[in-house]
Amino acid sequence: MKTPSAIMARLDYGPNPETTKVHFKPIYDLFINNEWAPPISGKYYDTINPAAGKALAKIAWGNELDIDRAVKAAQEGFKTWKSYSPSERSRLIFALARIIQERSRELAIAETLNNGKPIRESRDIDIPLAARHFFYHAGWADKLESAFADITIAPLGVVGQIIPWNFPFLMLAWKVAPALAAGNAVILKPAETTPLTALLFADICRDAGLPPGTVNIVTGHGDTGAALANHPGVAKIAFTGSTEVGKLIRKATAGSGKKLSLELGGKSPTIIFEDAPLYQAVEGIVDSIFFNQGQVCCAGSRLLLEESIAPKFIELLKDRMAKIRVGDPMDKNTDMGAINSQDQLDKIRHYAKIGQDEGACLWQAPCELPKQGFFFPPTIFTEVQTTHTIVQEEIFGPVLSILTFRTVNEAVELANNTPYGLAASVWTKDVSKMVAVSRTLKAGTVWGNGTNKFDAAAEFGGHKESGFGREGGLQGLWEYLQVQSSKSEVRSLDEIYRNASPQPATRNPQPATHVWKTPKMLIGGKQVRTESGRYYKINAANGQKLLADVNQGSRKDIRDAVEAAHAALPGWSKTTAYNRGQILYRMAEMLSSRASEFAHAIAAQTGSSWEDAAGEVSLTIQRLLHYAGWSDKYTGSVNPVTQTDFNITYPEAVGVVALFAPNTRPLLGLISKLAPAFAAGNTSVVVASEQFPLSATDFIEILDSSDVPAGVINIITGLHEELLPTVAEHRAVGLIDVSGPAARVKIAEELSISNLKRVYHDPEMPDWTSPEAQGRLWMRRYLEFKTVWITSGF
Amino acid sequence: MGVTQESLLLTNARNVIHSFDPNLLTQLRIDATGIGLRVEKISKTRAPKKEHQAAWLEAAIGLIDLTTLEGSDTDERVNRLAHKAVRPWRAQPAIHAAALCVYGNLVPQAKKFLDGSPVKIAAVSTSFPHGQTPLAIKIQETKALVAAGADEIDMVISRNALLRGDHYKVYEEIAETREACGDAHLKVILETGELSEFRQIWIASEIAMQAGADFIKTSTGKIQPAATLEAGLIMLQAIDQFHRRTGYKIGFKPAGGIRSAKQALTWMALVQETLADDWVAPRLLRLGASSLLDDIIRQLHHLKTGQYESYDYIPKG
Repeated sequence: MKTPSAIMARLDYGPNPETTKVHFKPIYDLFINNEWAPPISGKYYDTINPAAGKALAKIAWGNELDIDRAVKAAQEGFKTWKSYSPSERSRLIFALARIIQERSRELAIAETLNNGKPIRESRDIDIPLAARHFFYHAGWADKLESAFADITIAPLGVVGQIIPWNFPFLMLAWKVAPALAAGNAVILKPAETTPLTALLFADICRDAGLPPGTVNIVTGHGDTGAALANHPGVAKIAFTGSTEVGKLIRKATAGSGKKLSLELGGKSPTIIFEDAPLYQAVEGIVDSIFFNQGQVCCAGSRLLLEESIAPKFIELLKDRMAKIRVGDPMDKNTDMGAINSQDQLDKIRHYAKIGQDEGACLWQAPCELPKQGFFFPPTIFTEVQTTHTIVQEEIFGPVLSILTFRTVNEAVELANNTPYGLAASVWTKDVSKMVAVSRTLKAGTVWGNGTNKFDAAAEFGGHKESGFGREGGLQGLWEYLQVQSSKSEVRSLDEIYRNASPQPATRNPQPATHVWKTPKMLIGGKQVRTESGRYYKINAANGQKLLADVNQGSRKDIRDAVEAAHAALPGWSKTTAYNRGQILYRMAEMLSSRASEFAHAIAAQTGSSWEDAAGEVSLTIQRLLHYAGWSDKYTGSVNPVTQTDFNITYPEAVGVVALFAPNTRPLLGLISKLAPAFAAGNTSVVVASEQFPLSATDFIEILDSSDVPAGVINIITGLHEELLPTVAEHRAVGLIDVSGPAARVKIAEELSISNLKRVYHDPEMPDWTSPEAQGRLWMRRYLEFKTVWITSGF
Repeated sequence: MGVTQESLLLTNARNVIHSFDPNLLTQLRIDATGIGLRVEKISKTRAPKKEHQAAWLEAAIGLIDLTTLEGSDTDERVNRLAHKAVRPWRAQPAIHAAALCVYGNLVPQAKKFLDGSPVKIAAVSTSFPHGQTPLAIKIQETKALVAAGADEIDMVISRNALLRGDHYKVYEEIAETREACGDAHLKVILETGELSEFRQIWIASEIAMQAGADFIKTSTGKIQPAATLEAGLIMLQAIDQFHRRTGYKIGFKPAGGIRSAKQALTWMALVQETLADDWVAPRLLRLGASSLLDDIIRQLHHLKTGQYESYDYIPKG
């Protein structure tokens, strides 16, 4: 026993172990239909305690046959769950939340034993926040109708959810709670190394009285997850994990019609300005990169420090790091526990070595690591360059790379200089600067003077290669719903025909003198011909007459158009929503004054009647007006989070979007995509209707007289099948909206994994005159949500 | 000053009166939310148990400025508390409180028993707790208390001057009081419960240290809220900055509302986490309290015997 003076000489807190025991079963089977079912293969594997390297239990290794069983169970479960009233569903989700609270100690201990994270974190963060997600979504379950006021929504059916090992129970809650609230049945595949809390959750589901098949849990390895992603009976896959696996899932589900949400990796920046709250920023770094041993998708792994405070800040940070207690995760005084697996520890060591090999300077907090288990000390790298591997790749460990900057713009450029876009922190007491910087960061979450804050009411999710879809808040709920029909007011074509003026008397719709006109493409504000010199013929619908030789755009035209759209983006993103609306109004005016000409062109190309073509133009004008109005009305939310922070979620433009215009309704179809994309603030590369491109090329003239800045809209003509791969693979394009057969959607989804584009396609039965063809959901399609946290206090 | 900063960092030289530098008062920014989060984390992760808890609690006794500051205090009451300060725990006669903290007119009585003991005599001064008297009177009071035998002076700052932005006036009062103290050590009470923003706590801390404070102290105990961990953390960070800049180690004294052993341990952990280890010692850390002592003794009793203790078995102070 240590003497008091020996203890006080070192200010030793001593061990403070969590002593409550949790008893695991020796063997865990699969949880299907509220029953424990042995895996068909009969195979089991050990799950271990990473802090001790010892096995905790044997876990069933599910295969595709097990997944198939689970899907069948879930399909039945879905029927039952759907038959429950919303308030019944709400009450049962509430029961889950309550039981989680009751068993929170047990869950926290199990989580720490299986994951290696400090008991303080599982006890104070993971489990309470998981319960919070169930409470929050219990509250949505009976309010879905009012949540999405102008659309009728329905659940998706059976949802497959694949979750990671870094927050096993919390990620379960993030996935299961909204899925159930929206009325879906769930098949959950826990991470192979951390299945135990999910298996404890199985009992909770049964005890709460969830009907059989509503929640099914199939444990196993990567192949188990792949079987789930590939199963045709699954309507949606929600995945949280590495970008590498996320891309595999995107590829596996390409063309399947499955809804997909991906929450992937990151290399999130922390920007610390000279006028930051210094000590809180130091603590922010600790909470950002050393929280959960740095095994956090949104870990602030890149620190951008204003040059003037760099030495002072690093000195403070090192002193603070020396106080971090690394050790037994079950000790209540432990700040950092074990790395989750030998593999992960090897990976972190590997990156630490690369960092040094490439010339960065490593510093580690002086701490004694336990002899057993997988541990890594808090680590920082200075003298880091943007070219270094440790700046570019996700390490997923307690390793911080420190870079410096001189100006605000440089800080933003460095922050955005990554394929990822999950989160960012901005530290300054200058609120104007904080807001301005937050708005320019490409990240799904920005924390002002804080870090790693989460709440069920606040959306979380990525931009760029950090994935798509949101978790939490209204937008997170949306991921588990589909639209049944729209209630928005759109006049029928018949009605439009009745109101449309007949053929104008004063202007001859078919000019007597016809001058041959070359339809050009629009790139960077200039009307150009394709660099390829190729063209294809557009004949009149009656087949008699050649209407025009149309440019057959090439890879290089796409390249130039994307280049122009990308270059236009910074300037365009500074325009106001009002300004965008004004330009759309102007387009409507211009089109209106040339309505008959456009109608004739449509009729000539498509062979439709004058009335039908005039109706299409009329509806196009209406659509332009519609989105002119939308441009300053699509908005976000102020979220009532549990923290004292002021929290908002608001939509932003995706960036450069590529829009393939359909062959049905060559003008209306084009504008149905272009107008909302424009109103949302994107710059566009439009590929005109393949069969009927002349309405698009004519529209260039409308654009020319509508104050559209150069490069904001670019129009290419050509063959979709030829251009699609180039667009889908172009990494500067953030979103692609394809048209045509399902095979094209598959191509787009497969090839877009180059940078994980958001991929959309025409509605199933493309009727561009229908109410579904315009409105809120179309705005949403071209927007990305950002959640900003700002501390409040004085 | 003739001493290099490096050598100062290694020594324990007493703080001096520095020239007033208003630029340093507003250099550091504070985020209130972050302060709260840090305090929460420390209070949830720094709990010594068993023999470690006992060692920390025994050390805590040695940090206490055993305090009575009532209008009803009598010589006898002070005498009784003085005895308790010298021998707070029968089981460990070697342990004693750091100081006895009383009103000025009771210093002679305290001295009667404590003279020659290791327990210091601290006296509140400068028209405690409000400080709303002319400076000359405050100086006169301080001088009288030191002459009467006070080892330590707990003064209050002029919140009046601070809140109206007259930082120099605050500085001047402290510096003059420090001069009046002579060899007696000066604790400067900021009365953080009367400062409306965290920023003001930082400013007050910085002024006090520039003006030669040996300790900065949170509260008089007469105002709610008294010692909050949040205010304490800001003061400790100010002490850290001052130390990094000048090399002088300034002491810290939370006071008011510290009643439980658990609270005492949290305060010690807060200091240990924020500053170097040598701050957790009577030279640089005091806990201003009265009922705290008995709770610590009860906890120690429980740790040694496994049984919960009644106040009936603890001599009344």
